[in-house]
Amino acid sequence: MQIEQATPTERPRLRLSADLLGRMGLGLVVLLMMTVLTILQPQYFPTRENLTNIARQVSSNAVLALGEFVVVVTAGIDLSVGSVMGLSMIVVAMSLHAGWMSGFALLAALAVGTGVGLFNGLALTKLHLPHPFIATLATLNIARGATYLLSGGVPISGLTPTVRFFGAGEVHLFGEGALALTFPVSFLIVMALYSLVWLFMSKTRTGRHIYAIGGSPKAAQYAGINTNRNLVLVYAVSGAMAGVAGILLAGRVNSGYPTAGTGAELDAIAAVIIGGASFFGGRGSAVGVFLGAIIMGLLRNGLNLMNVSVFWQQVLIGLIILLAVYVDVLRRRAMRLED
Amino acid sequence: MMPLVEMRQIVKTFGPVMAVRGADFSVNHGEVVGLVGDNGAGKSTLMKVLTGVHQPDGGELWFAGRRVHFGSSVDSRRAGIEMVYQDLGLAENLNPIANIFLGREMTHSFAGLRLLSEAEMDQAGRRHLENLQIRLPSLALPVERLSGGQRQSVAIARATAFQARLVIMDEPAASLAVAEAAKVLLLIKRLREQGISAVLISHRLQDVLDVSDRIVVLNRGLKVGDLPREEATMERLVGLIVGKAS
Repeated sequence: MQIEQATPTERPRLRLSADLLGRMGLGLVVLLMMTVLTILQPQYFPTRENLTNIARQVSSNAVLALGEFVVVVTAGIDLSVGSVMGLSMIVVAMSLHAGWMSGFALLAALAVGTGVGLFNGLALTKLHLPHPFIATLATLNIARGATYLLSGGVPISGLTPTVRFFGAGEVHLFGEGALALTFPVSFLIVMALYSLVWLFMSKTRTGRHIYAIGGSPKAAQYAGINTNRNLVLVYAVSGAMAGVAGILLAGRVNSGYPTAGTGAELDAIAAVIIGGASFFGGRGSAVGVFLGAIIMGLLRNGLNLMNVSVFWQQVLIGLIILLAVYVDVLRRRAMRLED
Repeated sequence: MMPLVEMRQIVKTFGPVMAVRGADFSVNHGEVVGLVGDNGAGKSTLMKVLTGVHQPDGGELWFAGRRVHFGSSVDSRRAGIEMVYQDLGLAENLNPIANIFLGREMTHSFAGLRLLSEAEMDQAGRRHLENLQIRLPSLALPVERLSGGQRQSVAIARATAFQARLVIMDEPAASLAVAEAAKVLLLIKRLREQGISAVLISHRLQDVLDVSDRIVVLNRGLKVGDLPREEATMERLVGLIVGKAS
């Protein structure tokens, strides 16, 4: 006797391919955008300088989005990442100007970012603030205020070559020959971090538990998963990523300025959403978020090349968020109808 | 031989309310016991005392021949007592295998990192599902895409995957269509064949009569009936549940 009749295999395979299409969809969008931009702007878009520029420009947002993604998987949100990025940037600049060695300045920025993230996590789990929106809205303001207080509201320019290397440096791969590839260091860091987070979220117990907490907090609790410890961890990761983003930005512009990262949390959230993560938690992948960040970078770059004003760019980003989520809604509805 | 579970004169109060007032309850090895009673009769409270979720205010708890104190559900689970919750306790976004191993994942060391042993879990999970003769349309889909009965099967598979000796099920068939409910009841019988004891809490008396070896009736926190299957009839159970002499 059987508990469940095995259903014909075509149906699950069909559903799996719908899932796969959904995931590949983002990659297709990236390819499509690149093709269109190459056709529209053949002498500007596909050049090495422009592509390197895009890679460098998306780096900070991509790293912020990566930290935001880990939080969003738990059905949380981190509004503080933009301010923490600004704070991290000022901490780097100020500690260098105070005569610190570059390594210590970078560590200080990382520690500040991680510290704010830890605070967010503890405010949520120990102070029992009702929603992460509250705690991170508070630290958004606190970190931004601290950034102005520390810097006196003025930019601090002129950083060390080491810090500049991370934000603006390039490495040459595959020698000097025909296969030579020049890569912005910041983009290599982005790819390394995405690989690490992908490994962490998909291949470790803790990552599995983080998905479970986002999908069904009750089930996670029944399974003996320490929800609070994992929540503190994801906010700390998000803060640390914001710290890295601040370092990359400082290196890129060779300074620290107190308005840096204002509103950047919204771009990070946009990349996470375009990348297919669900605000209800438990869904999404680092690969999708990476593509989400690339899509936003390509859009900005393409519109710049075509002299579209930044105001229109913002309108378009809004429309793309709507479109990305609506396509997901349609896809889910189609799957449900299949069942 | 002592019963697998023996609860003696259990008392549990919540403030002024005495939810369980000196109830006895036992489960033998490889026995399915139906636990019935009206709402507020103390069924859930008694089972929560057994799983360590609640600490009793009086009475003794014996498990596998030893007197035990379970400080939490983690303790009772370590002893081999599993609970299948009414709301299933599954992570909807994860696949059946991930759910079976949730919180008890197998890992291996790779380049200094502890990574999930997905192939091993997949293999062990499949073997376990096969032993219970549970067939699912796919092990790659999240459980939210499975039917109610399939999800219930996954929940029971999860509860029995790690040397469980007793599985407590709270209304496992309550929200299921007739055919699916029948399959879940069949699965309970199959657990018994594998030597796993079970407690079935249900309002569906016909289900309880179908699968139980013995039926215990609670009324206002006291055991008012303990009938072997042969002596239990629908009329007698209803009489005991509502508190009339049978």
